Amino acid sequence: MKVLYFAWVRERVGKAEEALDPPPAVATVADLIAWLSQRGEEYAHAFEKPKVIRAAIDRMHVKQDTTIAGAREIAFFPPMTGG
Amino acid sequence: MTVPVTIHLQEADFDVAHEIAALSRGRTDIGAVVSFSGICRGDEGGDAIAALTLEHYPGMAEAEIARHAEEALARWPLTGLTIIHRFGRIVPGENIVLVVTASSHREAAFQGAEFLMDYLKTRAPFWKREEGASGSGWVDAHDRDDSAAARWAKP
Repeated sequence: MKVLYFAWVRERVGKAEEALDPPPAVATVADLIAWLSQRGEEYAHAFEKPKVIRAAIDRMHVKQDTTIAGAREIAFFPPMTGG
Repeated sequence: MTVPVTIHLQEADFDVAHEIAALSRGRTDIGAVVSFSGICRGDEGGDAIAALTLEHYPGMAEAEIARHAEEALARWPLTGLTIIHRFGRIVPGENIVLVVTASSHREAAFQGAEFLMDYLKTRAPFWKREEGASGSGWVDAHDRDDSAAARWAKP
């Protein structure tokens, strides 16, 4: 799946997007955040407050208990500040 | 009749008066037009702002705004709608966002515009970065914006 990062999540991770293939045990958005957090210091920093992080699957907002099965594109970002 | 809906995400500035005129030109069914424009301020809490840079999620931003536009059309008898949101670097005095709603009567136009702005603030995937005198940083989301959007939640 393609994973995208925006705003300070992108800056902390150090990249805007990457292709990832998490193990089957990673079932939900929250699981993916926990798995990403183990990938290195930059990820641990980006996801240090997981409850603050917002997520979208295939360009729709989702809650963190949503399953990631079948997702093509998952995005992580801070609370939005547009308008 | 299909309600004309215009949604633009763009780097360039826009002309508010032109957009309002374009929505109602040649029509006699519109009795009310409400417009809201969000403008880049030159200070935030007493600190001078040199510019804002808006990052967005291409693809999702368009889709999310379109979903909110559809919801506004379903909830109020609007007869026209224009939404423009800029991205990139914006300096004080320039426009950031525009919502224009048209209807036969003012109530729907006012409420539709307010609904759309409250949702753009909290659900449209845009993030503001401020350049100030003492460096730059991401703008924090405000609880008051979440409260404003929550007013419109369906029971």
